Amino acid sequence: MVEIPSGSAGAVPAAEVEDVELYHPKSWWTKYVFSQDAKIIAVQYSLTAISIGLVALVLSWLMRLQLAFPGYFAFIDANHYYQFITMHGMIMVIYLLTALFLGGFGNYLIPLMLGARDMVFPYANMLSYWIYLLAVLILVAGFFVPGGPTGAGWTLYPPQAVLSGTPGGSDWGILLMLFSLIVFIIGFTMGGLNYVVTVLQGRARGMTLMRMPLTVWGIFTATVMALLAFPALFVACVMMLFDRLLGTSFFMPAIVEMGEQLQHGGGSPILFQHLFWFFGHPEVYIVALPAFGIVSDLISTHARKNIFGYRMMVWAIVVIGALSFIVWAHHMYVSGMNPAFGFFFATTTLIIAVPTAIKVYNWVLTLWRGDIHLTLPMLFALAFIVTFVNGGLTGLFLGNVVVDVPLSDTLFVVAHFHMVMGVAPILVIFGAIYHWYPKVTGRMLDDFLGHIHFWITFLGTYAIFFPMHYLGLLGMPRRYHELGDTVFVPPSANTLNVFITVMALVVGAAQIVFLFNLVWSLFKGRQAGGNPWRATTLEWQTPQTPPAHGNWGRDLPVVYRWAYDYSVPGSAEDFIPQTQPPSGGLTREVVA
Amino acid sequence: MAVVLILVLLVVGSLLFHVLSPWWWTPIASNWTYIDSTLVVTFWITGVVFVAVVLFMAYCVFRFRHKPGNKAAYEPENRRLEMLLASGTAVGVAAMLAPGLVVWNQFVTVPDEASPLEVVAQQWLWSFRLPGVDGKLGRADTRDITSENPLGLNRNDAAGLDDVIVEGGELHLPVGKPVRVLLRSVDVVHDFYVPEFRAKMDVIPGMVTYFWFTPTRTGTFDILCAELCGVGHPQMRGTVVVEEAADYQIWLDQQQTFNQLLASGEQQPVN
Amino acid sequence: MNVVLIFLALIGGVVIWWLAGQRLMSKPWLETGTAPPATDRQELPSEPAVKIGLFVFLGVVGALFSLSVSAYFMRMASADWWATPVPRLLWANTAVLVLSSGALEWAKREARHDRMESLPLALAAAFSLAVLFLIGQIQAWRELVSAGYVLADNPANSFFYMLTGLHGLHILGGLVVLGRTTVRVFAADVPRDRLRLSVDLSAIYSHFMLAVWLLLFVLFAGWANDFIDLCRQLIS
Repeated sequence: MVEIPSGSAGAVPAAEVEDVELYHPKSWWTKYVFSQDAKIIAVQYSLTAISIGLVALVLSWLMRLQLAFPGYFAFIDANHYYQFITMHGMIMVIYLLTALFLGGFGNYLIPLMLGARDMVFPYANMLSYWIYLLAVLILVAGFFVPGGPTGAGWTLYPPQAVLSGTPGGSDWGILLMLFSLIVFIIGFTMGGLNYVVTVLQGRARGMTLMRMPLTVWGIFTATVMALLAFPALFVACVMMLFDRLLGTSFFMPAIVEMGEQLQHGGGSPILFQHLFWFFGHPEVYIVALPAFGIVSDLISTHARKNIFGYRMMVWAIVVIGALSFIVWAHHMYVSGMNPAFGFFFATTTLIIAVPTAIKVYNWVLTLWRGDIHLTLPMLFALAFIVTFVNGGLTGLFLGNVVVDVPLSDTLFVVAHFHMVMGVAPILVIFGAIYHWYPKVTGRMLDDFLGHIHFWITFLGTYAIFFPMHYLGLLGMPRRYHELGDTVFVPPSANTLNVFITVMALVVGAAQIVFLFNLVWSLFKGRQAGGNPWRATTLEWQTPQTPPAHGNWGRDLPVVYRWAYDYSVPGSAEDFIPQTQPPSGGLTREVVA
Repeated sequence: MAVVLILVLLVVGSLLFHVLSPWWWTPIASNWTYIDSTLVVTFWITGVVFVAVVLFMAYCVFRFRHKPGNKAAYEPENRRLEMLLASGTAVGVAAMLAPGLVVWNQFVTVPDEASPLEVVAQQWLWSFRLPGVDGKLGRADTRDITSENPLGLNRNDAAGLDDVIVEGGELHLPVGKPVRVLLRSVDVVHDFYVPEFRAKMDVIPGMVTYFWFTPTRTGTFDILCAELCGVGHPQMRGTVVVEEAADYQIWLDQQQTFNQLLASGEQQPVN
Repeated sequence: MNVVLIFLALIGGVVIWWLAGQRLMSKPWLETGTAPPATDRQELPSEPAVKIGLFVFLGVVGALFSLSVSAYFMRMASADWWATPVPRLLWANTAVLVLSSGALEWAKREARHDRMESLPLALAAAFSLAVLFLIGQIQAWRELVSAGYVLADNPANSFFYMLTGLHGLHILGGLVVLGRTTVRVFAADVPRDRLRLSVDLSAIYSHFMLAVWLLLFVLFAGWANDFIDLCRQLIS
């Protein structure tokens, strides 16, 4: 049971109240390190996630170098290669994307966008971050133990994940990975309870659900999904630990390993796959839904136009969230499960395409007859749409069971999921950072550096992953340390591999520009003011920028309208903040 | 303006790449041409959507980019347009799904005349077993595996004694005869993958998975493992030779049966 | 995976019921104004955030156990499954857990009616009964082990130890919170409404874990299979 400290029970008052003691940290430690302020926790989450993400980025460089120049870099042997792909995948999916969207953006934006002072359980929120950090440290420890980290692939399929034919399988690697995941899930649950209950209970007066920005809708739905999906991974990890440490046979059938009969028997590897993908598929949407929400707000704000079809967007988020729990086995079409399942899961999978497509249409229709400011957040949003449409459409290949048969386990799959749940959400993350950095720091990120970063990242990633589909179409399998000689792959494919690797190095290097920009602008960036984008949502209406602990000074905001009153006919400005009552006149002075 | 130009170039470039690039699937060697056709249908539908959405977006950026004095239109929603787009999408999705499901039905329905072929995977080697003259494969179990009996056949099952065992060698198949491939693994999850056959299936230890196909042209093809199975994963190769029935019979006659294998195993200690 | 899908359907039902009250069909751009719509939570006496938090947490725990039970059923289908005998001690343990839950229910009523004098007794009873349950569970493990039913022998044993272990850990977590509450009762300076809330939450949690235990017990005793067979027969 989650520990709920006495200080937090009902700590966040509902409406106008006196400043509360809780919101005044006593010392530097409680202000910046063991802070209970969601905004500080958000920054902690984000910086940790980005740091570990950089490790994953470097790993991807090493993998690409090996694929383009097999045998040239002696230290990237097969063992290392598989350890790199495993750690790259796991870090990117869980420790970067999930943590950054929910722990980072969720923590920063939910209380601010809803007009709350903080999360409802600040103490559990703080614990959530430190447990997450612990999980990251356990994960990284894998690099320093004998045998190195696990090389089982991020899917960790047993039996190979716990056998000696796989790096880390009979050493520490797999154990640390499983422990780290278990710790991560415990930490996430503490954070996740916070995000959900804050949305349920912490909204300012007048903030009905249908007045919430889509960002909050996306993060909220994703969190609910994560709370229900992560237990599947938790159970799978615990059972695999039992198999590995205590000799049980949950997932382990009778096995002859290198000529030797093992003690296990009767277990079902497919059972693990079901549990894993019961988590794994919703995980895709746990990453995608916050990105959907955020990009909706970026497009609306920078096109100065209300998001087109707000209600449909909300329904689509909810429907996608629900449907994503009954499509998991589309990752297992060729797994040997009962083939009759193929009919069901192909149908549900392709049905998801409809609400997803509606979202794409509505983003583009928001641009239609807008007043498009080509700011950096807008550019990233446009790049997201291109990337996401591309990646989403290739999903229709893989979701359609019979088309998946030749394509599964090839580079086509790699290209698809990198487009749709790698690059696309990361483009949104960049857009969101350019968008909210002024609120977090009070300064704008540098525009010139931002443009360099944007163009290289957008076009570079497209150049990496678009051609990669065709390597998959050729039949080139994924997770190959080196392809060797084959009849079906022409030598020219190697040229393409070299090109992809060069692009990957360039894109990776461009991130240095971004990191430099983050640091440089912190000190030298242009002063932003309270609402540089002239946006309507509550986080831009705080009395101070960056907002103080407690967010709102003495009075909580009151919400009078939805989040998208841009270019309303008859109003002088092209935006009306949510806090502005209909009669006109702000309820509070916006402090610039 | 640069944005508009680049978006258009991106679409044109993608289309040109698709049409001009030399990288396309390897010529098919099995009956699953329907899979290729479904894939082509999917390419057309998704291609049209991709081009339409990105070009429309480029047009919007071109036409409605900010100029001083501009003001965006106010239009919260348009139910008719949204319903229209949603139903259009649904039709497109159905057009891809329906043929897909029909072909899947064929894929999972093994014809009665298909002859069985067992593929046994282990780290990192492919072995094969063909039924002997009785046309039946004998029972086998991972528990029965010993060094003399590498595939774990049941010695007491008469149906298995005449089974032909090809350990780590080339597999031969007669052209034009449907094959029911039964897949068995003795250690970890593998995946039997011959790109030219299009069909592939995971090999799961503890159970027997299956699929079927008919080789339609003669030739020599690579067998790969398509499911990560440890450090030797890329080296797990095999070869399948599809040949005319007469050539196949010659090859088959040279292979060892389980009985012969057992006999040679018993002789060894004496030598 | 049927069990977890049924569980998700239940959760889905709750979500739909809740969303139905949130006016998802309204057109928010037409509703500019001061008066928050009638369903806004300020208009209703709202539950404390911790209570909502607890319910959400119980949802997570429910997902955890229904997934484990799904795995149990899927693994059960294989040939090497021999059901573990249910130690008779489990009946006694069940009774103890029921009593513990009952004591908390009693504590909840006492707290609600401001009868603080019997509250410490009720809480202490609930606490010690729960501890007794855990001791009983460990004893049941020891009996099984000495009878030769060890963890790795058979999947049914593995599941038995894993599920009872998971459940025991959850009880243990609940005990930590219950212990804090009990200590607070003895410390006089805690406001009554907060105390009442704490007792209330502990009672909800304990009832939930009791329900989970009863379902697990049904599972181990094999009645769940009989029930499923019965359902199958009724359908066919």
